[in-house]
Amino acid sequence: MLLKELTELNGVSGNEDEVRAYIKTRALEYADEIKVDPLGNLIVFKKGSSPEYKVMLSAHMDEVGFIVTGHGEDGTVKFKPVGGIDERILLGKKVVVGQKRIPGVIGCKPVHLQTNEEKSNNVKLKSMYIDVGAESKKDVEKLAPLGEVIAFQSKYTEMGEECIKAKALDDRVGCAVLMEMLKGTYSFDLYACFTVQEEVGLRGAEVAAYGVNADIAIVVEGTTCSDVPGVEKYEYSTELGGGAALTIMDRTSYADKKLVDYIYNLAKQHNIAIQFKQTTTGGNDAGKIQLSRSGIKVASISVPCRYIHSPVSVMSKNDFGSVRDIVQCVLNEFSKDQKIIHNIKFGGDVNV
Amino acid sequence: MFDLVKKLTGAFGVSGNEEEIRDVIAAEIRPKVDEIKVDALGNLIAVKKGTGKKIMLAAHMDEIGIMATYIDDKGFIRFSNIGGISQYYALGQRVRFKNGTIGSVFYEEKLDDMKNLKLSKMYLDIGAKSKDEAEKKVKIGDTACFVGEALMQGDMLVSKALDDRSGCAVLVKVIQNMPLTENEVYFVFTVQEELGLRGAKTAAYQIKPDIAIAVDVTLTGDTPESNVMEVKCGFGPAIKIKDNSVISHPEVKRLLENSAKELNIPYQFEILEKGGTDAGAIHITAGGVPSGAISIPCRYVHSPVEMVNINDLENSVNLLMKVIVK
Repeated sequence: MLLKELTELNGVSGNEDEVRAYIKTRALEYADEIKVDPLGNLIVFKKGSSPEYKVMLSAHMDEVGFIVTGHGEDGTVKFKPVGGIDERILLGKKVVVGQKRIPGVIGCKPVHLQTNEEKSNNVKLKSMYIDVGAESKKDVEKLAPLGEVIAFQSKYTEMGEECIKAKALDDRVGCAVLMEMLKGTYSFDLYACFTVQEEVGLRGAEVAAYGVNADIAIVVEGTTCSDVPGVEKYEYSTELGGGAALTIMDRTSYADKKLVDYIYNLAKQHNIAIQFKQTTTGGNDAGKIQLSRSGIKVASISVPCRYIHSPVSVMSKNDFGSVRDIVQCVLNEFSKDQKIIHNIKFGGDVNV
Repeated sequence: MFDLVKKLTGAFGVSGNEEEIRDVIAAEIRPKVDEIKVDALGNLIAVKKGTGKKIMLAAHMDEIGIMATYIDDKGFIRFSNIGGISQYYALGQRVRFKNGTIGSVFYEEKLDDMKNLKLSKMYLDIGAKSKDEAEKKVKIGDTACFVGEALMQGDMLVSKALDDRSGCAVLVKVIQNMPLTENEVYFVFTVQEELGLRGAKTAAYQIKPDIAIAVDVTLTGDTPESNVMEVKCGFGPAIKIKDNSVISHPEVKRLLENSAKELNIPYQFEILEKGGTDAGAIHITAGGVPSGAISIPCRYVHSPVEMVNINDLENSVNLLMKVIVK
């Protein structure tokens, strides 16, 4: 199963090697050229049958995690987050250190030894440590050297009728969709970009977009989903089971309005479940791609993921299917008539 | 000048939705420039051809506003900010959608302490009685700007969107009174400045100018108990020394200062401790561009009652006319 295999690989930002190697092997048979750029982005080029335009698809390979920053005399590991992590969810979580996957757990002082002040406040990350079972500083320095990255440990699990629990759904769902798209044939040139370091500032996408110099770009993501108890309906970003989520605006980009309308109408026409992401927070690779060179028209299509940036993200297989279907549908339409790409690029009208 | 500012501030142009203001500006300048185009992000780029230096002048067309994010069963609309919107400035104001629909901005009255007021506890009332009725006028993703028609009292202009339609007005006036010069001048009306200087970045990349000057508003320190700042309305265009996005290139700063001296017009220096402007994006694009800015002193920035002094606008025009022939 593609999603199971992808989410069980580790690829903390800056250390995407496992994920890149996995995708590269499987993309070979569909690609005309595969390139890894200096930052580590994997760029899979698929030549069109009669190319007039270049379409960029983008999904990031990296996931949030941690990095070893020190060692206690008692053999514990001090650590800092890589990417945005809510420290309140960390206690008691299982992690693995480095490529050897040394197992560890995140711990802190037991509750009966905490002061009243400590009890009434959230445990801060700086008072947590990772226990890898080492007895001394010397031992732990070998097991978990300084700068080694740490990933959540979490098995891909199916739940209920249509849900999946896993880590790193953000953005292995996007990687999975891009891999599916590579199987198709298109008239335009396709660049499937598997980017690095999105979680630490959209870094890979900036150089990938510059290198590709596309006419139009679509970002495929895992995004927040807040349809949970205690949240008012008007505060939902997306709804699980509500279909592919289209971004109107977030902190880093304002998606091209004509492209967004086009995708929305196309989904409606093909009976693919689609929703707008209602909040304007967060950001993704679209922010950097949009501002590359002289500017590139961009849209983001996402799979809603509850508890994102945690080891227990939850998504719906149906939503994943909707994202895959609408991205495929858009590419097929572009392929049938490259005029559509032209019109979007130059601000003309596009009808479904 | 007032008529032009009134026309420009009255046009709709919330960040990312600059179509209307772009058309208004294009109509004003089209007969006077050699070339005019709209780029991928929506920047309006007008060129006065020449064989000398390539000079880029930039003013942003976009204005802050709000975006509808959710419509409830009773027809009330929740919203998010586009650009820096203060919940306190927004409270009790009217906003206008592109199609003319007016919304009253109010808040959940159960809130016990005004200090806890947040935009997420506020809503728009467009007078609709149901979700269906509201959706006939406003869809999720639609944007609205403040209502605040321009007026003039004494020599002070009051309006919404003086940030940065006053800068746009300065550029339009320069185009309409274009002096003879060998230089090639690019007048760029940028998009999405309020969302992070976005349009200026892609515009500068394609133009690759030899020098760039942004024209934008800045804060002032001339109101009761205001934060300390050496900029006052009516004391001339402010030559930017620095803000959070750029430290002006010394040559550009000198060029502006010397030109102001030669013209014998009042000028002042600006050091802005919070905020940035298009020069911040331009100066680090395409290998680097020596950049600076002329800042128009503006009170109550990002409110519907922004105020600038009309003489500062006129002097900014004079200053730019001098600079572009150098």
